[in-house]
Amino acid sequence: MTALLEVSGLTKRFGGLVAVKDIGFSINAGEILGLIGPNGSGKSTVMKCIMGIEKPNAGSVKLDGTDVAGWPTHRIARHGVGIVFQHARPLHRQTILEHIQLALLPDNLFMLVTDHKITRRAEEIAERVGLGQVMHRLPRTLPFADLRRLELAKAIARNPKVVLVDEPFAGLTAGEVADFSALIGSFRAEGHAVLLVDHNVKGVAALVDRVLAMYLGEKITEGTAEEVMRNETVRRVYLGGKIETAARPDREGKGHTPLLDVRGLGVLYGKATALDDVSIHVGEGEFVSVVGLNGAGKTTLFNAISGLVPFSGTVAWRGETLAGKTPGAIARGGIVQCPESRELFGDMSIRENLDLGGQHLTVAEAGKQLDWLFGLFPILKARQGQAARTLSGGEQQMLAIARALMMKPKLLILDEPTLGLAPVILEQLSKALEVLRQTTDITVLLGEQNVTFALPHADRVYVIEHSRIVWEGDPGRFAEEAGAGYL
Amino acid sequence: MLRSRTFQIVVPALLVMALLPLGVGGYILGLLTLAYYYAVFAMSWDLLFGFAGEVNFGPSFLIGVGAYTAALLNHYWMWPIPACLVAGAIAAVIGGAVLAVPALRLTGPYFGLVTLVAVLLLQNMLVLFAGITGGEIGLDLPDVLSIDDSTNYYYALAFMTVSGGILFGLSRSPVGLILQASGQDAIEAAALGFNVAKHKMAAFCISAFFSGLAGAMLIFYLGTASVGTVVDIAVGVNVIIAAVLGGRRTIIGAAVGAIFLIGAGEILRPLGQLSTFVVSAVALVVILFFPSGFMGRLLQSGGRE
Ligand SMILES: Nc1ncnc2c1ncn2[C@@H]1O[C@H](COP(=O)(O)OP(=O)(O)OP(=O)(O)O)[C@@H](O)[C@H]1O
Ligand SMILES: [Mg+2]
Repeated sequence: MTALLEVSGLTKRFGGLVAVKDIGFSINAGEILGLIGPNGSGKSTVMKCIMGIEKPNAGSVKLDGTDVAGWPTHRIARHGVGIVFQHARPLHRQTILEHIQLALLPDNLFMLVTDHKITRRAEEIAERVGLGQVMHRLPRTLPFADLRRLELAKAIARNPKVVLVDEPFAGLTAGEVADFSALIGSFRAEGHAVLLVDHNVKGVAALVDRVLAMYLGEKITEGTAEEVMRNETVRRVYLGGKIETAARPDREGKGHTPLLDVRGLGVLYGKATALDDVSIHVGEGEFVSVVGLNGAGKTTLFNAISGLVPFSGTVAWRGETLAGKTPGAIARGGIVQCPESRELFGDMSIRENLDLGGQHLTVAEAGKQLDWLFGLFPILKARQGQAARTLSGGEQQMLAIARALMMKPKLLILDEPTLGLAPVILEQLSKALEVLRQTTDITVLLGEQNVTFALPHADRVYVIEHSRIVWEGDPGRFAEEAGAGYL
Repeated sequence: MLRSRTFQIVVPALLVMALLPLGVGGYILGLLTLAYYYAVFAMSWDLLFGFAGEVNFGPSFLIGVGAYTAALLNHYWMWPIPACLVAGAIAAVIGGAVLAVPALRLTGPYFGLVTLVAVLLLQNMLVLFAGITGGEIGLDLPDVLSIDDSTNYYYALAFMTVSGGILFGLSRSPVGLILQASGQDAIEAAALGFNVAKHKMAAFCISAFFSGLAGAMLIFYLGTASVGTVVDIAVGVNVIIAAVLGGRRTIIGAAVGAIFLIGAGEILRPLGQLSTFVVSAVALVVILFFPSGFMGRLLQSGGRE
């Protein structure tokens, strides 16, 4: 049997940086190849080269025997390749159904009436991926997981021979990962060739036939999932160790001086309730985790605290109400949010983004903070001049966290910081947070659905479900009392 | 849902417009005739900006090329009006295609600058060759569409209705969807298998066709072609304001905006210089507080959110 997709000698350079170096592999029909590697190792770039979004500097990409390297993207797409992007990029003004219809249309200038067969097919696909209830809504009103479903729906609609899937599991809960795995598995059953990238090692291992591991643009090893995960280099540069539960130093007065006090918070988006009677409090120096599935209301809660959405109820910061304050004033008061959507300045360099964060510090302070952050995320130091927009997904996440820390917050709000980070970076971030906790009086409010990351550091945990707080307690008790569905 | 709502608004409005000549005088009819041609300019512009995502700062380049091609052919070679109109539209399409080439290579504000420069070039050429083109004074046309106010009014109304129908239909059709996707995220659209360059090129040509044709019709209504009426930057600015005021991405809104703009300019004429100021201030307020324009709200509030 000849391979459906055969890549050989693929190389891509960005200026002096070799993002992909002599990569080769082949995927047969009905096979899933996993592609793993630390952040910035070149996985997304490999996919973009196959899709024609980046032109490879060397190498060949054979689709069913035809070399398509260097072709324009739309021709490669028509030749049978589809991509599910790492970042969902829905069109703002089109409904979910229209997105799927779009993917079903031929590239023709003369389609002037909507074909009912296309509409019906689009509705079928929406049902199949679980978007049946929301297909007439606009993307911005949908939770994260549904946007990821939409990306898969488009790939199903296009029905390409080769499917490239970039981080489908990022930010999803265990249940959702299972759903998505089943959908991706159905590609295999239908005889497609699938290239899958994700940092969810368990999810990838369970699904793929083979794995290829990359590091700094080069192939380290290829084999079955087990073989690759046992590989010494893969363990060192990618998997890292287990996240440790650190002993909490009980500092004097900790958790007693109230810092943030949220009472009876309610938020409505149009007619939909996003938060209902939510009360939480955070004491000085505490590390509080808010655990909840996608769409439960974590981001809305943080946005209300940061003054970004209107709410009912009260939010008090050091005894003073925050009602009526602008987001800018709230941030200057010491509450800094590192949002899920990152909000980086895409055309500015890493260094400029960081300098903006440290604007209110003195030069000496800013320098010290910057050194510390560069120690934490060495990649940011090496790439200071690179525009934020061109960073890999994980690199952008590191920059977002670093920029928030640059502001020396009193209360740091981290919304899904683990999104798209390689296991080894998670371990580093985890250690960094631990250092932060031990050495400074910073207070942290963490929103996560990844409990293996949220629990080890937390002093206290809230569980939020369907817009309400349903559990509050000690992380030690979490597993038995509220863990179902998260662990 | 959206479609039916649009028709509920548009059909009665058209009926009223069709009956107007029975009740109002020649002065108002003349004004509306002008407004209807502007409506076509604005709708063509909206197809490019609202749907293909390309800001054309020089709509009067396309209008002017169409108008002057028709005018020169009529003035010097005595071509009959229908032939001049066709030639004007074709010339504008060629002009549009020439503009589209940089549009497909440049991104962001650079394309806008190219379109702006195109207008200035055209204007300078016309003035430079004043001996042929009539320069600032303009070029008299031997033929006019009609000398009867009502007939002229119906020509304009029919032309606006047909052009509007075609542009609106296009914007709601599958190709309109592809065009919007290309405008919002070209990489995504290409990854879905669409030749973004081809679709944008088509949008340019369609926009140019209607702009050029409307420009040519307008001068045969006025009986003279002059820089001030069909080429000047101010003409283009009015077209843009009309489209934005009426509501981007609605096509129909652009027509409403154009009629409003021309009407308001006239009602406020007694204020002299101040009238431009008042109209601009109103436009500014609408753009600041209702960024989706007059029709944006009206048309999109049903069933989409
Ligand atoms: N346009 C560009 N200009 C300069 N450098 C780039 C550009 N695109 C990507 N890079 C760099 O190439 C490297 C590989 O990026 P890529 O996005 O392929 O990583 P990745 O393996 O997908 O990482 P992640 O797991 O974080 O998504 C990164 O270091 C990135 O910063
Ligand atoms: Mg990536």
